[in-house]
Amino acid sequence: MKYMLIMRATDEGIAAYQDLDFNEVIAAMGAYNESMIKAGVLLAGEGLSDAKEGFVVDFDATPPVVTDGPYAEAKELFNGFWIIGVSSKEEAEEWAKRCPLGPGARLEVRRVNELEDFPQDNEWIQKEAKWREEAEGRLGAASE
Amino acid sequence: MSPDASGAVAPAHDADADRARRALAAVWRIESARIVATLTRFVGDVGQAEDLAQEAMLEALRQWPIDGVPRNGGAWLTAVAKRRAIDGWRRRERLDERYAAMARDLEEQERTASATFWDPDTIDDDVLRLVFVACHPVLSREAQIALTLRIVGGLSSEEIARAFLVPVATIQQRIVRAKKTLAAASVPFEVPEPQDYAERLGSVLSVLYLIFNEGYLPASGEQWVRPDVSGEALRLARVVAGLMPREPEAQSLVALMEFHAARFSTRVARDGTPIPLDQQDRTRWDRAQIERGRAALARADRIGRGRAAYGLQAAIAECHAIAPSAEDTDWARIVLLYEALGRIAPSPVVELNRAVAVAMATGPASALRLVDDLERDGRLAGYPGLPAVRGELLARLGRTNEARGELETAARLTGNERERAALLAKAAALPRSGR
Repeated sequence: MKYMLIMRATDEGIAAYQDLDFNEVIAAMGAYNESMIKAGVLLAGEGLSDAKEGFVVDFDATPPVVTDGPYAEAKELFNGFWIIGVSSKEEAEEWAKRCPLGPGARLEVRRVNELEDFPQDNEWIQKEAKWREEAEGRLGAASE
Repeated sequence: MSPDASGAVAPAHDADADRARRALAAVWRIESARIVATLTRFVGDVGQAEDLAQEAMLEALRQWPIDGVPRNGGAWLTAVAKRRAIDGWRRRERLDERYAAMARDLEEQERTASATFWDPDTIDDDVLRLVFVACHPVLSREAQIALTLRIVGGLSSEEIARAFLVPVATIQQRIVRAKKTLAAASVPFEVPEPQDYAERLGSVLSVLYLIFNEGYLPASGEQWVRPDVSGEALRLARVVAGLMPREPEAQSLVALMEFHAARFSTRVARDGTPIPLDQQDRTRWDRAQIERGRAALARADRIGRGRAAYGLQAAIAECHAIAPSAEDTDWARIVLLYEALGRIAPSPVVELNRAVAVAMATGPASALRLVDDLERDGRLAGYPGLPAVRGELLARLGRTNEARGELETAARLTGNERERAALLAKAAALPRSGR
């Protein structure tokens, strides 16, 4: 199963982070990433640039409203993620706890949906099954 | 939770015990290889190291529900196991200065135990030694597989038994026997000598690929309740490739597994009928996984030693993975890759696959000649794939009566019920009026 580790930090957390030695931070994060690569569990991961460079598309209105910078109401900024492939929730928890973060930072850990998670009576899933039956029927006919 | 009326220490609550058990399983999954490798370096014998690790796990099952899960579970288990080893030596022999020094070191390590508990200079090499020992040629294939999953992969005997659809006792016996065999053969805790290296590496990679295929080619309808054994094989292949970054075949095996796994969800219909490659829904192939496969194959190529058996198979799988449809596949290139593969790793199954590619590249007539050669050669007698492919080619040439006979033969030979039904349906759909 796949889990996403979503890194969030409060303004205070980000400020505290900026007081740290940049090289040490990079080295600690690099060692953490390397440990997950060596264990064969790291599938993807990215750090995000400053939220000020980003923008928000808000769907409360039609058409959606675009605003520069971080979402004004957000108390915690989303600033990076990892996706890991593990065998249990506890294994995901164990990896998350090893992340070299400090006060003001959090990891939200969420399981990534797999195909089996979707309801099998869903209209689109049924359509696909029907389509496949038809496609197989066609291929059978084509070989005549 | 009311206090125990008798005044005795209350047993840990079931929920605490369960949480501790799950946390322990997670720690074992992540750390087993490093724990057993470190203990092997300490006591000199993989079997004894694994026994000590087991004792430490039992101790954890007793203590963690009461004291809580330690911050560094791997270090905790290793320290407990080392203490057990020292206690054993003390019982057997008079305490001498050597053991006293070891005990002092151990206490020092326990005091400073942290996330960087493992000795960074030796741990990767020790894990690599462990991988080679687990796949040592004195062991049977079954024993290599069980031991690799147990000590390198960190699976429980129960998980391995479920993955291979055999009783737990069978797996436990295989592991016990494997440990005794390693001791009896005095297998050293070392990476193989240069003259043996290629062969021993081949053994490691084929163990991993066998484990992967166990999950990839389910022989029965019970695959849905089985643990993700292919995923585990892929994870272990990534671990091994990380330990030997200069071995193109290790990187290539990762690539091959990534490409196959990317197609997992589309290879079987919900009722269990296998869906052939040309009919799979390519929009559901895992694109991110295909990219990881391509990156692994590129790493293998960058080493600059050319492609061997896994590299060529990965390159073939890559052709399929990046093609928009079966028709729009670079079949000419696949034919070349199969020719190369057939020369370095001759196999009638590879020849049969080459024939399928030839049929797609240049038409069924030339492919049929290759298949007829294979049939005369006799090595694939009893293999359902041969009449299945021959039947398909004959049908495409309009020789439907012969085609029907071949498909029915294939249906008789296959052990897979769903595949049998699919072959018979295909045979029944052929028109009667053909030659």
